[in-house]
Parts: sequence; C-alpha cells; structure tokens
Amino acid sequence: MNGQTSAWYAFSALLRRDLVLGLRYLADLTNPLLLFLIVITLFPLSLGPDKEVLRSFAPAIIWVAAVLASSLSLDAVFRSDYEDGCLEQILLSPYPAVLLAGAKILAHWLLSGAPLILFALLAGVFLYLPEAAIMPLVLTLLLGTPVLSLVGAVAGALTVGLRGSALLQSLIILPLYMPLLIFATAAVNHALAGHSIAGELYFLGAMLALALTLAPFAVASSLRIRLG
Amino acid sequence: MFESLTKYASPQIAYGLAGRLIPWFGWTAALLFIAGLYGGLVYAPPDYQQGDGFRIIYVHVPAAWLSLFTYMVMASAGAAGLIWKTKVSDAVARNCAPLGAAFTFLALCTGSLWGKPMWGTYWVWDARLTSELILLFLYLGYMALQSAIEERRTAARAGAVLALVGVVNIPIIHYSVIWWNTLHQGPTITLTGAPTMATSMLIPLLIMTLAYMCYFAAVLLVRVRGEILQQERNSHWVRQLILEGGN
Repeated sequence: MNGQTSAWYAFSALLRRDLVLGLRYLADLTNPLLLFLIVITLFPLSLGPDKEVLRSFAPAIIWVAAVLASSLSLDAVFRSDYEDGCLEQILLSPYPAVLLAGAKILAHWLLSGAPLILFALLAGVFLYLPEAAIMPLVLTLLLGTPVLSLVGAVAGALTVGLRGSALLQSLIILPLYMPLLIFATAAVNHALAGHSIAGELYFLGAMLALALTLAPFAVASSLRIRLG
Repeated sequence: MFESLTKYASPQIAYGLAGRLIPWFGWTAALLFIAGLYGGLVYAPPDYQQGDGFRIIYVHVPAAWLSLFTYMVMASAGAAGLIWKTKVSDAVARNCAPLGAAFTFLALCTGSLWGKPMWGTYWVWDARLTSELILLFLYLGYMALQSAIEERRTAARAGAVLALVGVVNIPIIHYSVIWWNTLHQGPTITLTGAPTMATSMLIPLLIMTLAYMCYFAAVLLVRVRGEILQQERNSHWVRQLILEGGN
C-alpha cells in the first residue's frame, strides 16, 4: 500500500469510527437538535401566533437557532477524544493531521449539520414558511452548516479540555458566524420576496470554499498547540 | 539585517530597548495630543452642516483606525510568535488585545455620542458601528481565550491562531455588514463626513492619529516590559535588575 492510499484509509477509518461512536451516544446527536426545536418554539411564544409575523421572522429564527445549536454541539467534537487520550494518538499517527482533522469535521457535520436540515423543514412548517422559500432554506443550510462545522471546529480545537469550554467556544465563534448569518438569512428573505437568490448562494459557496481550504489547517495546528 | 533584528527577540535586549523607547513615544504622543486637540477644537473651522458637533471626529476616527491597526499588530505579532517561537512577540500580541478593545470601545462610545445629535438616537445599525461592535466581540473573545488557558506559552500560541482566523474574517465581516446595511436601510449620514475634507480639518485629524499611534506604542511597550519581567522572573538578569534597583 503506498502512502497516499493509506492516508485515505486512515481518513475513512477515523470517519467511520466517529460516525459509529456518534450513533452509539445518541444524546450527543439528539441534544443539539432538541435545542434547535426548543429555541424555535420560544419565538411563537414570545412573538405571538400571528402567521404573517412568524413567516416574516422565520428565516432569521431558523438560522439563529441553527447557529446556536451548532455552536453548542462543538464541544462534543474533540472533548471525549481529548479526555481518553485518543486525540494525542491521532496527532502522533504518521498520517497528515490536516486530513484527520478533516475526517473529524466531516463526521461532525454528518451527525449535526445534516440532521439539522431535516429539522429545519419541520421548523419551516411551524413558522408557516411558504413552499417557495423551503428550497432556498435547504440550499442555504446545505452550504452554510458545513461552514458552521468547519469554522466551529477551530474554536473546538482551541478550547479543548478547558474549564467552561462550551461557553468559551460560543463566545469565540459566534462573531465569526455573523457574515454567514447575514447572507443565509438574506437569501431566504429574498426568496420570500420572490427575488433571485443566486448572488447570496454564490457568496455562501465562496465562504464554504474558503472554510474548506483553511479551517482543517487551523484545526490541526490548534490541536498541536493545545496538546503541546 | 535579519541577524541584527533577531537579537531583539531576546527578552533582556527587548526589555532594555523598550525602556529606552517609552519616553520618546510617550512625550511625542503628549506633544501631538496637545497640537492635535488645539488644531481640532480651536483651529479647524466648524462644519457647515454639523457645526461644532463634528469635532468629536478628532477622538472618534483615530480610535476607529487604531482599533483595526491594533488587531493587525496583534495578528502579525502572533504569526511571528508561531513562526519564530519568540517570547517577545507573544508578549506583544497578548498585550495588544486590551488596548485594541479599549480603542474599539472608545470608537463605539464616541460614535454613539456623535449619533445622538446627528441621528437623534444613541445607536443606529450603521455599517461602521456594527463592524466595530463585532470587532469588540472578537477582541473580548480573544481575551477570554487568553485568560482561560493557564500556561502562557500555549495561551499565546492559541491566541495567535484565533487572531489569524480573525484576520481572514475581518474583511468578510466588514464587507458583509456594509452589504447587509445597504440592503436593510437607506444610506445614513456616514461618520467620516464628505470624502473631500478641508485641509484645515484634515491636518488636525492626521496629527491626532499619529498621537494615538505614539500613545499606543508607549503603552504597549510599558505592558510588554511588565510581561517580560513576569515571564523571565526566574532568570538571572531579572534578579540582577531587582538587586540593582534600576530599570
């Protein structure tokens, strides 16, 4: 087996392991989703059940809830591996740490970002989002939730093992999520108003490309720094 | 050239150099502050639209410029610390954060005070004010991370990564906020006024900016000296320094 195929083998092995572990500890998977739905429910209760009001706030509510749920699920990415020493072994392995960081991020997205898109459909029903805006919402989430996982993993890596790390991660990461939130909610709002959303989707795609190319390197070097 | 620069990476030499530079920067800042404030508050003519109200620009705009400048210094020092593993650049990066946060806070406060007579409210979700607010959050997040990691070396390097991520994000945040702002509301009065500014108004502004920079350099060097002493408290030269009672 040459070096490259074995690196990809390590990538897929780590991905498989993280997925299996994630499915075994279902609470890690379901708690952020539950938080997402509870946050969504807070808004009709505080804004009133008026259909028009809820519909106009729906893109903002869904995206804010998604950002909160994602930032609170970050703690799970590296914490257990840090506590049982796996993370050190992963970094000591002969494979590129960038690739392995990518595997962990992909696993986190598959376990938290992808199910969130399904739950967002439910939230869309709760908030009377018209059918014309459902597809744009799904598209923004498809492009946006990987960015949440990628950028969020940097904060997860920087704070792994610290006291109060979950809160600290949110403090660090929420300001960095703001441009994403601007473009994603603008896209759904434009779709609600019947405008073209191609421009916003291109911006989200550009952010995804940027995060995809830079974040794994930042995660790998952050982990090296934190673990000395 | 590089050889002569690397010697300042030694904490002892950097400590001495900082000590010699502080009075220069400090006194220059004091003189420039007096000149700039006189120029801004007395010499510059009142604005034809805003009257004397515009004079807060001489505190506000340099603070806003310095808030971004400080972030760049912090990120560059952090990058230097990551690349060359120099303790002095770690100390510089770490001590930029409270100063930058203070400049950002000052820019926000003066901006909202300026907004009261001009816009009629203390806060408008103007693009510049919003980016400054996000910048303040970035600084406070950096400081929260610094204080959460006890080991100073690790804290500095983790902070450097965060600052670099922030540097990639600052232009994105800035332009997305401008775009968001034009989308949501019509153009408001921009804080920097007309693009063409009378020379008699511009010169005091530039003097004030230089004064802010010198002040920043002086305070940063004082803080870095303190940090170096703390880092090197067990080394021979610091003991010697204390025994001699000098600086």
